[in-house]
Amino acid sequence: MSATAPPAMANEATKRPGRRALSEGKRAERRLGWLLCAPAAIVMVAVTGWPILYSVWLSLQRYDLRFPNQREFVGLANYATVLTNSYWWQAFGVTSLITVLSVVIELVLGMALALVMHWAFVGRGLVRTVTLVPYGIVTVVAAFSWRYAWSQDVGYLARLFSPEGAPLTERASALAIIVLAEVWKTTPFMALLLMAGLALVPSELLRAAAMDGASAWQRFTKVIVPVMRPAILVALLFRTLDAFRIFDNVFVLTAGSQGTSSVSMLTFNNLIRGLNLGIGATMSVLIFLAVAAIAFVFVKVFGTAAPGSEKEGRR
Amino acid sequence: MGRPTRGGRRAAVLLGAALLVAPALAACGAATDDGIVVNLYNPPEENLSKVVETCNQRAGGRYRIALTTLPRGADGQREQMVRRLAAGDTDMDVLNLDITWTPEFAEAGWIREWTGRHKEEAERDVLPGPLASTRWRGRTYAAAKNSNVQLLWYRSDLVEEPPTTWQEVIRTAQELQQRGKPGTVLLTGAQYEGLVVNYSNMVGALDGHILSEDGSRAVLDDGAVRALETLRDLARSGVTSPSLTNQREDDVRLGFQSGNAAFQVNWPFVHPATRAGNPQVFRNMKWAPLPGVEPGKPGKATIGGANYTVSSYSRHPDEAFDAVLCLRDAANQKFQAVKDGLPPTLASVYDEPEMAEAYPMRDVIREQLRNPALRPMTPAYQNVSTVLSTVLSPPSAIDPKATADRLRKELQDAIESKGVLP
Repeated sequence: MSATAPPAMANEATKRPGRRALSEGKRAERRLGWLLCAPAAIVMVAVTGWPILYSVWLSLQRYDLRFPNQREFVGLANYATVLTNSYWWQAFGVTSLITVLSVVIELVLGMALALVMHWAFVGRGLVRTVTLVPYGIVTVVAAFSWRYAWSQDVGYLARLFSPEGAPLTERASALAIIVLAEVWKTTPFMALLLMAGLALVPSELLRAAAMDGASAWQRFTKVIVPVMRPAILVALLFRTLDAFRIFDNVFVLTAGSQGTSSVSMLTFNNLIRGLNLGIGATMSVLIFLAVAAIAFVFVKVFGTAAPGSEKEGRR
Repeated sequence: MGRPTRGGRRAAVLLGAALLVAPALAACGAATDDGIVVNLYNPPEENLSKVVETCNQRAGGRYRIALTTLPRGADGQREQMVRRLAAGDTDMDVLNLDITWTPEFAEAGWIREWTGRHKEEAERDVLPGPLASTRWRGRTYAAAKNSNVQLLWYRSDLVEEPPTTWQEVIRTAQELQQRGKPGTVLLTGAQYEGLVVNYSNMVGALDGHILSEDGSRAVLDDGAVRALETLRDLARSGVTSPSLTNQREDDVRLGFQSGNAAFQVNWPFVHPATRAGNPQVFRNMKWAPLPGVEPGKPGKATIGGANYTVSSYSRHPDEAFDAVLCLRDAANQKFQAVKDGLPPTLASVYDEPEMAEAYPMRDVIREQLRNPALRPMTPAYQNVSTVLSTVLSPPSAIDPKATADRLRKELQDAIESKGVLP
């Protein structure tokens, strides 16, 4: 092989400019690359693209499984129905509230946890493991234990905080419990992402700042946070997208009663319980659009990017 | 290299296919080995497997009933069956449906109509209330399996003569409270089906209608509006529990059992449960038909219960119909009434001597089943129920005229499956 290659290469080189000869081989390589990727890419497009297109198609129809004969194309009528409905906007408000509250609290607690994990001197491994326990517990299981803890008469938390009432059956307290469950569950995830960002902060920078007389708080706000900015934004983006789609905690804790439905819960009620594929698909598409809008705002307005890639093409 | 590789790939593909198909083949294998299998989907009932055994013996090898237990919660049961039926699953033969689902499944074409000999046998001796729940648009789609009906339970040491109207109930309870005795009236007021049932009881007592007979229009006639008023007055009278809007069946039972109430509206399961839970209260625990609204006009009770239906996608419908007729025949209904506490749908079963011990209140139950209140019959019952429980909660906030207007609009959307469900 090696004996015959150079003459062939030389031969080629005499016929065409060297660069093209090289790109010929490269092109073949790239084509092979594409061919090798194609099955995976096609499968991915099929499993992500097709369901999205299909739900858009469903959302343009009146289609209720219980009235199969009444199926028809209705254009944007389903969108008008959903967007003028008070239940939808109530759920939208509740979801936004849960999202903002839980993400803000998680950011503060997660940052504190990340700092503790980063600078823990004793038992660092133990601290990190213990912190991650809530994240390792299945959400539904955790939600059930919250539910029992807050149930009237049987729950220890309910007995402690409101011996007379049933906290899960009143709107404000139920929402607070949902946020609490959400925060408890995902703060470790936030802390983990932030800890990765903390590792990016060079220790010389901190030492230099300390030398210049910066207090601990100043070092945190003026050095650590700016350097960590990309990591913080990514963590916020992930959690905001997740929190906006909250379902399991609401489903287990209140099932959406007393006006605590999230948009996902409402979609479930219309799609799975109500069997109304048209309205349900419309809601799914709207949630999809809302999530896309959140991602867009984070990426374009705040300039979120993967940590380390901020130099390339970001404003 | 080419051939062996291809051969290897083929082997891998075959192996993959085999792994995918194996469970299905195994299932088919079982079917062909043992003859025809009738798959029965039923919510958990402790002694149903014994009934299945009895029927398998009686089938004498013509078919074998295989019992699959559904989730305990009604929503979970319905979701599983609906999802599979919508996909045309042929592995479901006999389905145990809550009586409110019959129109939904029939309208969607998921269950078979009962005709001829099967229909005749399925309808014989069935009490009028349960019988009505097996029909949709004049056709029969189900065989009544078991029924259920609420009663007014009261403490005979506090109340001499059971009241016959809600006004009397309120007055009696207020008098008890004035004398410093437990005078609470307990009923299921949480935002769920239990609240709908209470409202339906009152609508029934006034011969009112929430929907038109054919289920196509939300009418809320005079009776339905006056029932709103009755429900509101009861909730505002001060005799209900402070946690009325949280209470479900078991909360109501526990409240009564603890001795702090004079009345409860609840299903017959409270009778054995209270006997085990608090013998002291049980000694004075008596029952009466549900109160009415107008003096001299008896109350009506909303019936619950379950029906057996045969899936449209079943590959063995004849065997399935046959299996149903065995599963809910008089002997098996009596067995399950005594063992599982499921009130029978067949009138004659109530006369059996074994029933006297298990159901001392059987005469009242049978009387209520003869002239019951029915929940609205519509394929969109799930929607109707969700809207009703949302709008009626909390009952003390009902404004009869305005609430009725809102219900007419939202229920109309719900039965046409047009609006958004809460």
